[in-house]
Amino acid sequence: MSILVDKNTKVICQGFTGKQGTFHSEQAVAYGTAMVGGVTPGKGGQKHLGLPVFDTVRDAVDETGADASVIYVPAPFCKDAVLEAVDAGIRLIVCITEGIPTQDMLYAGAVVQEAGARLIGPNCPGVITPGECKIGIMPGDIHMPGKVGVVSRSGTLTYEAVKQTTDIGYGQSTCIGIGGDPLPGTNFVDCLAMFEQDPQTEIILMVGEIGGTAEEEAAEYIKNHISKPVVAYIAGMTAPKGKRMGHAGAIIAGGKGTAAEKFAALETAGVNIVKSPADLGATILDKI
Amino acid sequence: MNLHEYQAKSLFEKYGVAVPRGQVIGASEEAEAALTELEGRAWVLKAQVHAGGRGKAGGVKITSDRSEAIDFVNRLLGSRLVTYQTDNKGQPVNQILVEEPCEIERELYVGLVVDRSLRRITLMCSTEGGVEIEKVAQQSPHKILRATLHPMVGLQPFQCRQLAFGLKLQGEQIKQFGQLLSGLCRLFQEKDLSLLEINPLVVTKSGQLLCLDGKINVDDNALFRHKDLVELRDTSQEDDREIRAKEWDLSYIALDGDIGCMVNGAGLAMATMDLIKLHGGHPANFLDVGGTATKERVAEAFKIILSDENVKGVLVNIFGGIVRCDLIAEGVVGAVGEVGIDVPVVVRLEGNKADVGHDILELSGLNIIVAANLRDAAQKIVSAVGGRQ
Repeated sequence: MSILVDKNTKVICQGFTGKQGTFHSEQAVAYGTAMVGGVTPGKGGQKHLGLPVFDTVRDAVDETGADASVIYVPAPFCKDAVLEAVDAGIRLIVCITEGIPTQDMLYAGAVVQEAGARLIGPNCPGVITPGECKIGIMPGDIHMPGKVGVVSRSGTLTYEAVKQTTDIGYGQSTCIGIGGDPLPGTNFVDCLAMFEQDPQTEIILMVGEIGGTAEEEAAEYIKNHISKPVVAYIAGMTAPKGKRMGHAGAIIAGGKGTAAEKFAALETAGVNIVKSPADLGATILDKI
Repeated sequence: MNLHEYQAKSLFEKYGVAVPRGQVIGASEEAEAALTELEGRAWVLKAQVHAGGRGKAGGVKITSDRSEAIDFVNRLLGSRLVTYQTDNKGQPVNQILVEEPCEIERELYVGLVVDRSLRRITLMCSTEGGVEIEKVAQQSPHKILRATLHPMVGLQPFQCRQLAFGLKLQGEQIKQFGQLLSGLCRLFQEKDLSLLEINPLVVTKSGQLLCLDGKINVDDNALFRHKDLVELRDTSQEDDREIRAKEWDLSYIALDGDIGCMVNGAGLAMATMDLIKLHGGHPANFLDVGGTATKERVAEAFKIILSDENVKGVLVNIFGGIVRCDLIAEGVVGAVGEVGIDVPVVVRLEGNKADVGHDILELSGLNIIVAANLRDAAQKIVSAVGGRQ
């Protein structure tokens, strides 16, 4: 078992024939992901990387039975891409693109929710179930099938966390990069709930950062609903107030959203907090 | 992107929201004409900077004395204003807004934000205008009234009434307030704002609602569809190095330590700063070189980091996911050679082709210290700049 994706997940790519779409679809196929095609309006009927190209997501779903889509289209067109995927009945939409207007995601997110679909991202590395299905831009080879469920707001910092869980020999059940934007489609709480239900996941590793209150909400949820051990790190102890730290969502606004507040909330909820990003793997070994 | 008060007020006017009559003075010669145009009981003069706390810092003056007004303009224009929200160098004053005064009966607060946990645009109002709203939120949260906008239906008349009655507005003011809120919500949505604040919104002695201040934050990610707003950008209010970094698609933020950082990925960049601090050092900056760290961009990143004279050493931390570490290493070697760096540089490469990368660094003959892992990297750079390990 795992969460969200496995070897049976049929994946299409929106923005398939573009530079990003091409490169990462090739990597996904090489990893063993069940890529079944892609969408580029106007190129329907062609073949790309040996897979069929469709004009619309609806065509792609009708022909291939795809249930997941990964979006690499440029930011100005992502709202439309998400809405098209929802309309075609896609269950899992993973949006990698960075730089999407917040209000676009406000509207798209509401439609996704209404349809009962799931959006991961935007501005995220994607989701991977090691050895089965890789949807996104993360390097496959640092992962290993195993028992740690990883959920993170970051990209390369997620890889750092993943590698440490591989190095200690624990491996991962599923890793989700929920993204660094202010309005992620999927939040910590959503992932915690899924990991709690997943028999393969024995430990949950959470990587948060400054800005917003998602970690505080996660702490509240953990206190009441999570029986599995949780290890958490929050990036941005040294971040100044009022400055956007690279990610659109990583900002201490009006004095709220500091790493100290988040660490405190998680600690109160009984989470094993880690102050050094170099000690993620060691803490898991130590405490669990 | 932040707007100046005068720019925010001009947008308010376009959306039918009342502001005091005013003029912007960009040069001393323009002062006389502006004062004559707004001749009356007195003038309100306000320095235009991207920071709050202007009143206490001497950036606002109310006077009926013409020569005092002229003095204020001459003294403030071209100077730098230091407030509790700026650093100790302050922000340059390039414009003064001069306005007609008004007789204030009550001061209210109105704000609009994107509430991240509700995933909705949220309207906030308070009877406690004219003070720091964060303090009100902390000390007496019941004094902040809220209404959330459903993404499909937007602001509804009943919400305006709820807020208006909550603020104890009366008669004609209730209708006026509804129009004001509907204008502000339209502005917020049409122009992709991330924050809009009016503090204070005043009720005048004659019963009118008037925006005495205006703060607007535009979503940077949406600027591609708002060319009119891009023109309002005032780079004089931004950090020079941050502007330069942006031109190279690098994300840089200056801090006050002495260890320069170059990292790929925003989360890892923050984590690297934290780790330096944990090992007793002080990060000089946040810098995310992004996913495509070419030689040119690495070189530019080094130049920006080293333009901070406090920097005594640089830590390069790269997790090569899809990015190949050998290419990064070549970039670092090229950049160190080209820029001529005379402070210690510690490099930690992990992931894709990291071994090849390490060899390239070792064989370069340059003064580059190779670190084995994250902790080792932090320890080596802290000890290299002479800090505690």
